[in-house]
Amino acid sequence: MAKLLEEFSLGLFFWQTLLFGLLLFLLWKFAWKPILGAINDREEGIKNALDAAEEAKKEMQNVTADSEKLLKEARAEREAMLKEAREIKDKIVADAKEQAQVEGDKLVKQAQATIESEKKAAVADIKAQVANLSVDIAEKVIKEELSDKKKQQKLVQDMLGDIKLN
Amino acid sequence: MQKTFFKGILVIAALLLGQFTFASEKENEADGHGKDLKTEIKEYISHHLQDSHDFSLFSYTKENGEHKYVGFPLPVMLWDNGLKVFSSSKFHHGETLAEVDGNYYKLYHSKIYKTDAEGTINYDEDHHATNVKPLDFSITKNVVMIIVTGLLMLWLFTSLAKSYAKNNGIPTGAGRFFEPIVLYIRDDIARPNIGEKRYKKYMPFLLTIFFFIWFLNIFGLTPLGINVTGNIAITVSLALMTFVITNVTGTKDYWMHQIDPLGKSLPWYGKIPLYLILVPIEVLGLFIKPFSLLIRLYANMQAGHIVLMSLIGLMFIFKSWLGSPLSFGLAFAISLIEVLVALLQAYIFTMLSALYFGFASEEHEHDHEHEAEVAH
Repeated sequence: MAKLLEEFSLGLFFWQTLLFGLLLFLLWKFAWKPILGAINDREEGIKNALDAAEEAKKEMQNVTADSEKLLKEARAEREAMLKEAREIKDKIVADAKEQAQVEGDKLVKQAQATIESEKKAAVADIKAQVANLSVDIAEKVIKEELSDKKKQQKLVQDMLGDIKLN
Repeated sequence: MQKTFFKGILVIAALLLGQFTFASEKENEADGHGKDLKTEIKEYISHHLQDSHDFSLFSYTKENGEHKYVGFPLPVMLWDNGLKVFSSSKFHHGETLAEVDGNYYKLYHSKIYKTDAEGTINYDEDHHATNVKPLDFSITKNVVMIIVTGLLMLWLFTSLAKSYAKNNGIPTGAGRFFEPIVLYIRDDIARPNIGEKRYKKYMPFLLTIFFFIWFLNIFGLTPLGINVTGNIAITVSLALMTFVITNVTGTKDYWMHQIDPLGKSLPWYGKIPLYLILVPIEVLGLFIKPFSLLIRLYANMQAGHIVLMSLIGLMFIFKSWLGSPLSFGLAFAISLIEVLVALLQAYIFTMLSALYFGFASEEHEHDHEHEAEVAH
């Protein structure tokens, strides 16, 4: 300890403290601050770049996912549209068919009705004509028959016989 | 495993060398020099370990016995009833008195004493000089080295800073070597020890002190061999700065911890007997921490220089085909270890400083946890 105290030089201590203080100040101002600043900036830069790359990657994924989603949606929409069109077509065809059926039925009915009424008219006409003809014939026959007395007698006899049979 | 093997070799070699030294010492005495070689080397080493008032590179003895020094003198500044400035060449390396304004000064064991015209040094019974020592603010060899290292660091790191500005934050040249070290100090010393939030304000000090100690340690290993960081005044100054910064930036929690180490974990009446012991220990710890810093750096560098120079000195003592190459090999191995020690000591000083700063600036979160527990 005594040797250490003997060795201790106040002058050297003074110069060391002064010079080191000065060195510390100068280096602080002109070296360490810019050096640490530059290193810090560089590290921040690298960190930011990495973050940006990560962000870009994420965005890219998002974009891909979005486009895929859009594509899917478009596909689904197309499908839906096609389906709808098909349905509409089917419906139209069905409707047309039904309508045609109905119209056809109606026409057939009308035709049948017309035919029926025509038939009725014709039958009636034929009946009238047959009646007329029968009356005419009967008139002619009766005329003929009645010209002969015997024959008239016979007729009345026949007729009476018929009634008896009835 | 390898380490212990290496250590074993060193121990064996040291033992062998001890034998040789003992043998050759007697021969030297028989040679009949004024001083025997061993004492001369011892004196040379102890002289080298100390600061000096002139920058001598090497010295040799001429055939006529005259000592010749190669180097340059440094300014001497004394405060002795006014500032006295003169060149250290006036001392002629301690061989003559320097006369300034009618006062006589003598350089004795690397210290300047005020003497009478004959240069008498008075001693007390412990053989310490009792002459008046004027306040010595000389630009000594160590001060020159501090200035040189300071200028080197300024040049190196301002140019690194400029290269960052020029190259968009990318280091070039020497910066590629120093940037990882700067990053290491930031990421592995400051951040884990001080904490993410507060480490920034301590960074300039940690960086400066690391490179300062490292560079000076390395300078000490060059053939110039200037022992700056192995000087007690230097390490006192460095440790004092750590001490001042630690306590100036200390938080309330840190100071509370000094006077109330156990906090809320014990009722006050339980604390009294414990605190009779704990508080003095805590307060003593405040001073022991920087003291250990200064002694560690001083002792390591001092010891390294002594061992290295002793081994080199052994070469001259042996003057034999076996001993000299062996001690040369050892000196070489030790100087390689010293390169590592130079870095290691700088690292330890920085690391421990950061650790102390971390203690001082810490805000105790566990205290709040305790409060929360009590509240529940």
